[in-house]
Amino acid sequence: MADKGKLAIYWAASCGGCEISILAINEKILDVAAAFDIVFCPCIMDTKARDVEKMPDGTIDVCLFNGGIRTSEQEYMARLLRQKSKVLVAFGSCAQEGCIPGLANVTDRAEIFDAVYCTSASVDNPGRAVPQTETRVNGFLLSLPVFYDTVRTLGQTVPVDYYLPGCPPEAPRIWDAIVAILEGKLPAPGSVIGAQTTVCDECPRQRNEKKVKAFKRTWQIIPDEDTCLLEQGLLCCGPATRAGCDARCPRVNSPCIGCYGPNAGVQDQGARLMTALASVIDSQDPAEIDRIISEGIPDPVGTFYRFSLANSLLRRAAKVPDEQRHELPLPKAAGAQE
Amino acid sequence: MAERIGVYVCHCGSNIAGTVDVEEATRWAGENLPGVAIARDYKFLCSSLGQALIRDDIQEHGLTRVVVAACSPHLHEKTFRRACANAGLNSFLLQMANIREHVSWVTRSKEAATEKVKSLIAGAVARVQHHRPLEPTPVPVNPHTLVIGGGIAGIQAALELADAGYPVYLVEREPSIGGHMAQFDKTFPTLDCAACILTPKMSEVGQHEHIKLLTWSELEEVSGSIGNFKARIRRKARYVKEETCTGCGLCIEKCPRKVVDEVFEAGMGYRKAIYTPFPQAVPKIPVIDPKSCIWFERQRCRACEKLCPTNAIDFDQQDEILEVDVGNIILATGWDLFDCRRIPQYGYGRLANVFTSLEFERMCNASGPTGGRVVLRDGVTEPESVCIVHCVGSRDSHYNPYCSGICCMLSLKMGHLILEKTGAKVYACYIDMRPNKKDYEEFYQRLLEEGMLFVRGKVAEVTDVARTPPEEGKLIVQVEDTLLGKQRRIPVDMVVLMGAIEQRRDARETGLKVGISCSMAGWFIERHPKLDPIATMTEGIFIAGACQGPKDIPDAVAQGAAAAARVAGMISKGTVMIEPVVATIDEEKCSGCRICNNLCPFNAIDFLDDEKVSRVNAVLCKGCGTCVAACPAAAITGAHFSTEQVEAEIDGLLWDAGGDGEPAPTDQPELAPAATE
Amino acid sequence: MERERFEPRIIGFFCNWCSYRAADGAGTARVKYAPNVRVIRLMCSGRVDPSFVLKALASGADGVLIAGCHPGECHYIEQNYKTMRRYAMLTQTLRALGISERRVRLVWASAAEGTQLAAAVDEMVEDLRLLGPLHWSANLREEDHEAAFEHILHEHEQAMEVTR
Repeated sequence: MADKGKLAIYWAASCGGCEISILAINEKILDVAAAFDIVFCPCIMDTKARDVEKMPDGTIDVCLFNGGIRTSEQEYMARLLRQKSKVLVAFGSCAQEGCIPGLANVTDRAEIFDAVYCTSASVDNPGRAVPQTETRVNGFLLSLPVFYDTVRTLGQTVPVDYYLPGCPPEAPRIWDAIVAILEGKLPAPGSVIGAQTTVCDECPRQRNEKKVKAFKRTWQIIPDEDTCLLEQGLLCCGPATRAGCDARCPRVNSPCIGCYGPNAGVQDQGARLMTALASVIDSQDPAEIDRIISEGIPDPVGTFYRFSLANSLLRRAAKVPDEQRHELPLPKAAGAQE
Repeated sequence: MAERIGVYVCHCGSNIAGTVDVEEATRWAGENLPGVAIARDYKFLCSSLGQALIRDDIQEHGLTRVVVAACSPHLHEKTFRRACANAGLNSFLLQMANIREHVSWVTRSKEAATEKVKSLIAGAVARVQHHRPLEPTPVPVNPHTLVIGGGIAGIQAALELADAGYPVYLVEREPSIGGHMAQFDKTFPTLDCAACILTPKMSEVGQHEHIKLLTWSELEEVSGSIGNFKARIRRKARYVKEETCTGCGLCIEKCPRKVVDEVFEAGMGYRKAIYTPFPQAVPKIPVIDPKSCIWFERQRCRACEKLCPTNAIDFDQQDEILEVDVGNIILATGWDLFDCRRIPQYGYGRLANVFTSLEFERMCNASGPTGGRVVLRDGVTEPESVCIVHCVGSRDSHYNPYCSGICCMLSLKMGHLILEKTGAKVYACYIDMRPNKKDYEEFYQRLLEEGMLFVRGKVAEVTDVARTPPEEGKLIVQVEDTLLGKQRRIPVDMVVLMGAIEQRRDARETGLKVGISCSMAGWFIERHPKLDPIATMTEGIFIAGACQGPKDIPDAVAQGAAAAARVAGMISKGTVMIEPVVATIDEEKCSGCRICNNLCPFNAIDFLDDEKVSRVNAVLCKGCGTCVAACPAAAITGAHFSTEQVEAEIDGLLWDAGGDGEPAPTDQPELAPAATE
Repeated sequence: MERERFEPRIIGFFCNWCSYRAADGAGTARVKYAPNVRVIRLMCSGRVDPSFVLKALASGADGVLIAGCHPGECHYIEQNYKTMRRYAMLTQTLRALGISERRVRLVWASAAEGTQLAAAVDEMVEDLRLLGPLHWSANLREEDHEAAFEHILHEHEQAMEVTR
């Protein structure tokens, strides 16, 4: 084929699972190869950023970008690939909503460095050496990208044409998206290529009206195989998570953890989960309600925002929590006016 | 921004303009807010000229949305919706910013008030862009009306409606209608006999072809909404068949059990276990009180059953639940007397000859326990001196801060009756005399002339502990006479306490049944204290008489008639328009998780087993929005309170708060030249 | 000096039947209170979606005041209990994100309680003055963001020169 399309695949703050999931389309990868030349993919071939820099703008037809933006280098690559690509796809949960790396937004750079390089049980670092952006060695200046306090999503960094949800996206959904791209049958730019409903829609379990006196964690009960897991008290994120996975986890008796992100038209998946789970609590007594929540949901942020904290309305935890505020000097009006 | 928004800021005379720089807020809105095509201020927007201004602008300038910054939407949203509709603009494309009740009246600094007004306008402008045209739903009005309470207010309301040809259910919890008025002997200031003017009305109710009288019955539950309420009424077992009983009274005569009547006789007299509260009761059909009946106590007697000439006694009767469909409900539940024991220093319940006003009313009544004689608790001795204590539990921050309104006149009436019946010396200890209606002041002057003695001062104590020989054996009223400026001890034989008029003890529960609430003092809250004292915030629920606030008979009658007129108007119109604020479920997005299913107290959400989705029944939906907020898939939309509307309003209100803080991705500069080589 | 005070911005979500009317009543009675609450009228406190609160905080509000009918007195029978549950869920989550429930409050106010509602507003405003601004957008700013990016561009320029 004379006019094969040009495909780029890049990873930023992610685990690499997205690349593997592309291979999970199996022999159909040959169809992809037939349709596209892969012009940039550091994961599988020797291509460099400078190769991309040399391309005229818009050279790349489709760029599948996975991973969130954690460092200045990733931000640079996001902006570079945006400029060089006709269609930029935020591929997978990390690029779309920050995913597990984004959950680090409950903390900040200093705390992460401290945990990773100093206090972690397997680390021996009495000098507390942590990465520096610039280091001079034998007269040469060595540099590392800046590690940001907050993981951002691709969409928060550059304009994104399409989002493909999932951690990782399911192979059939990837193939659906490739077919849509090949056939030019894409939805309006900016939209998510995916279902309009939630995991319950694909879940075969029997659902009834729900009333829960206590939330359970997976190790506490062996759930009944046929009824809704939420009705059994398990923290199933299915009601607030976009369909597309064919309810993989609930089918094997494990509650949905929400990797496909919020449903169409929803920005904050955590808010939807909070309101849904609050709705099934069977109590009118404030103290009992508080107890049901604090005992059943010991880690609310990790439960409600496991995948979507970076793309939530708040995006991260407060750098200075309110409880520590009394140590601060009394604020001045100027700060509030900004 | 495609919408063309007109912003109208009202001065409300000086009500708003006195605290808000209206011109500045208007100028600011016109220059800074996106989508605003016209921004004007006006002296009184609710005037016909103000409305015409909006109407003309819509037509001449092609406005597609209107924001009115003025008073509370509870006051004038309808007015401005009509102005929009008159100009051909869907009335739901209006949004009001409440800058009077929520800003100008509550804010001291003009600068701060003006800034807050800007925010509220910005919020309304942002919100109104997302408004969708909606059409109110016409609902037929069931011509039946439910009146709760058979006192004079309820009687009046029922009669007005029935006389207009509209069917009425009149529910009364006691065995007879008549209410407190039936307990009285005379009424102020004309001194006409209460029974003489009330009983004709009562029997009219009893015989009216359009009134279904349900005495010995209580409201259990109400569902539905204006035009189509469904009320469940508990018909307490009477143990007397209403269809068969002729009201001959033989059973009452022969009943061997006599008990103190705490309700009608206020504890002053007796009734039988089978009884009608008073001879002129309507209906005349007695009830058996199972708590005092010997049969229910120890399975003996049944004298009434044996002697009843029509076999109307039925000891096997059970409570029945009657379900009625009505279009409107009038609450006329009346009042309870303040429990005078709560003020121990006044001695009620401890000192025999301290009476409450209701006890005294019964004593004065010719058909009452003393045959109308004013006597001490021993039942024989006429008092030589009586002191009437005003404001017992009223105008007292420990009990009720309000003035009970009727006690001054009640006291004057009682003073007159005591003077007439006994010639005793009558004192009245008052805080202020408030005979403030037609012919009331004249009555006060008459009592002054008749020799009633007025002492201006709040009574500190009523005691039987004598300090001087003349006080021996008397009740001594300790009071500071504030006109003389000295303490007085007034020895008397009898003390009458003018207990406060209070809301019914169970009014809060009654209110909850029909969806209305009570004020701090306990009274049912009217839609507007001046302009709409009989309607409530819940459409189709009206209030009349003392349940809305202390009232004398003429006011209660007027309110009963007024409530009936409002209901009659609605019935004659035939339909009522209800707000289309309901939830809808997008079945494409609904995953059938069923979380919303048990959130609706009106059972408006059905789960469709075949389609595996939930659906809202718009007729049952009351538009609270709880399911909208709960839907984890965001599949439910609340009309006129949609998520995008509220979120836009949040953004608008916070126009000055710095927003997201990060430049949008599209605003970023191009990469440096080197990168694009 | 008075003007130097921090003036918190509070978004109010008030129930149409009780607290919104209470605020109207406070107005009619000319009860003066702090002008810091900007009220959104909802039909019921049950309409308050946690995302409204999050949105308000993210958009610059220093606090959120949710006001509904007293428990047992909901105009829609029992929906304020659902508000109560949601509020508990939300505040426990917010606490984990470093946002105190002093900033996000739930109060009950009947239509008659204008004075009490005004006092609750005053109290909240004073408390937020002590707590200080939330100012969420500042929380998202990377302090060395611009410099870091400049650095990357510079480094890549140099790298290009080396390859030539």
